[in-house]
Amino acid sequence: MIPFSLQKVANVEDAVAAATAGGRYIAGGTTLVDLMREEVEQPGRLVDINALPLKRIQVEGDDLVIGALVSMSDCAAHPDTQRLHPLISESLVEGASPQLRNLATIGGNLLQRVRCPYFRMLDAACNKRVPDSGCSAIDGYNGGHAVLGTSSHCIATHPSDLAVALVALDATMRVRGPNGERTFPVEELFRLPGSTPHLEHTLQPGELIIDVRVPGGRYATRARYLKVRDRSSYEFAVVSAAAALDIENGTVREARIACGGVGTKPWRMRACEQALAGQPANRDAFQRAAREAIVGAQARSGKAFKVELLPPTIVRALELARDET
Amino acid sequence: MSRDTELGHPWQRNSPPLRVTRRGALQAAASAMAFATTSAPSSQAQQAGASSIAAAENATIRLIVNGQPRTLSVDPRQSILDVLRETLDLTGTKKGCNAGACGACTVLLNGLRINSCLALAAMHDGAEITTIEGLAKGDTLHPLQEAFVEREGFQCGYCTPGQIMSGVACIAEGHARSPEEIKAWMSGNICRCGAYAGIVEAISDVAKGRSKL
Repeated sequence: MIPFSLQKVANVEDAVAAATAGGRYIAGGTTLVDLMREEVEQPGRLVDINALPLKRIQVEGDDLVIGALVSMSDCAAHPDTQRLHPLISESLVEGASPQLRNLATIGGNLLQRVRCPYFRMLDAACNKRVPDSGCSAIDGYNGGHAVLGTSSHCIATHPSDLAVALVALDATMRVRGPNGERTFPVEELFRLPGSTPHLEHTLQPGELIIDVRVPGGRYATRARYLKVRDRSSYEFAVVSAAAALDIENGTVREARIACGGVGTKPWRMRACEQALAGQPANRDAFQRAAREAIVGAQARSGKAFKVELLPPTIVRALELARDET
Repeated sequence: MSRDTELGHPWQRNSPPLRVTRRGALQAAASAMAFATTSAPSSQAQQAGASSIAAAENATIRLIVNGQPRTLSVDPRQSILDVLRETLDLTGTKKGCNAGACGACTVLLNGLRINSCLALAAMHDGAEITTIEGLAKGDTLHPLQEAFVEREGFQCGYCTPGQIMSGVACIAEGHARSPEEIKAWMSGNICRCGAYAGIVEAISDVAKGRSKL
C-alpha cells in the first residue's frame, strides 16, 4: 500500500472541501482498503467521513430515508426497513458477510467496484483500471461477467445487491458537492461502460452521498430478492432478481423487477414489468414476461448459461414475491 | 501472499527502487519515530493524483484492547489486524487472506464483529477491541471455547480464533437459533479443514444453553 495521509472531517462542508481539493472519501473502507492493498486504488489522501451525521434512518410520509453512513447491518435490521421495504433488508443480508456488513455503509455499497479478476490484477489488460489497455475478460475467464450493457471495452458486472433493490423500488439519492445539492434516481448513478469503463458513476468531483430515499408503494411488502450463486452464502450473484408485486384479486396491477449479476449496472426490467401488468399472477404469465429480460443479451463464450438462467430466476423471484403475505 | 517485497514482482516493475515498505513503516512506528517518505518522490505517489501528498504521518490513537487502554503511534496504512499482531504481540488473531474474504481476522470492535484486516487502525481512535486473548477469564475458558473443544470445532486451529469471535457475536446478535441460521450467519468465516459441523454444534450448544454470555 503506498503511503497516504488521513484526514478526519466532522461535517459535510469540510468533507466536500477536502474531496474537492483531491481527497478520497473513506467510510467503512471494505472496498477501498482492499483495493489500496492491491494497489489498484492509489489515493494520496483519504478523507475519513465516519463522524458525519449521516447515520439516521427516518420515515418521512411514505418515504424511507436512509443516511449514507448507515451500515449494511443496521439498515437491514432497522424495524422501519423491515416493515416498509423488506426487499431492501433481504438484499442487504444476502450480500457480503456479517463482519463486512458491520463496517460497510449504504453509500459505499453503491460505489463498490467490480469483482472482475483482471481489474484486480495489475499485470492484466483492463480498460477500467488503465484506459485503452484492453479487456482481458472478453476472451478470458468471464463466467461471472455481464450479458447486458456490455461493450467491446468492458463486460464487468456491477456487484451490488442493494443497488438492484433500490433500482427496482425507484429510489432516489441526494448528494452534496462544491456546486450544491442535487437529487436523482439511484438508477442514474451508474454508467454503462461504453468506451469509458474507467468512469463508473455520475458523481461529480467532490460530491458526497447524503442519503437514499425510497418511496412507498403497494408492491413494497410483497417483494423478494433471490440471489442465485455458486455457494449458498457469502458469494456474489451469478444471477439475482428483485421482484415486487401489487396484486389484486389474483391480477398483477403493477410489478417491479430488477436484476443483478447480469448487467454492467443494476438492470431494471421494464419490458417484463409492462408484460405483467393486468396479467394473472401465475407461472405462465411470469414465464412469458421473463422472456423479455434476455432481449439483447450478449452471451459470450463463458456466459451462455447466464442468459438461460436469467428468465427462470425472474420467474422464481416473482413466485416468491407473490406468495409473501 | 505478501506484497511487501521491494523488488521482484511483475506489478512492481515500474516502481522506483526505493519504496517504503509496510514492514519498514511498522518498525519506525514501533520506535515512535516520525515516519517520512523517501526523499525521491515515487512515481506511484505522483500518480495518486493529489497535488499535495503529505508524507504519511503517524497518527496517535488510543485503543482499549481486551480492557486495557493502549496509546499507539500508527502508520495510516496499518490495519487493526497489523496493530494487534505486530505492535501489540497479540497473535491469536490471524491474517488469512488480508482481504475480508476468510474471517480469520475477526475481532469485536465496540461489540461488533468485523474483519480487522480491512479496518485501518488510525480510523478507529478510541475503539474497544476484544480479541480471542480477551475471552478467557484467567484459566477459565469462555463457554464457546469450551464448546469448540467438546464438539471438535477445529483441526489445525488457524481459523479458530476468528470462528470463536464471530460465534460469540453471532450468538449475542440472536442469529444462532437453528443450524441453518448459524450456517448463514457464520458464512463470513471459512475453514479449510472442514470443521464446520463441529463449529455449528459448538455455537448451537452455547446458544441453547445460555440466555446471555
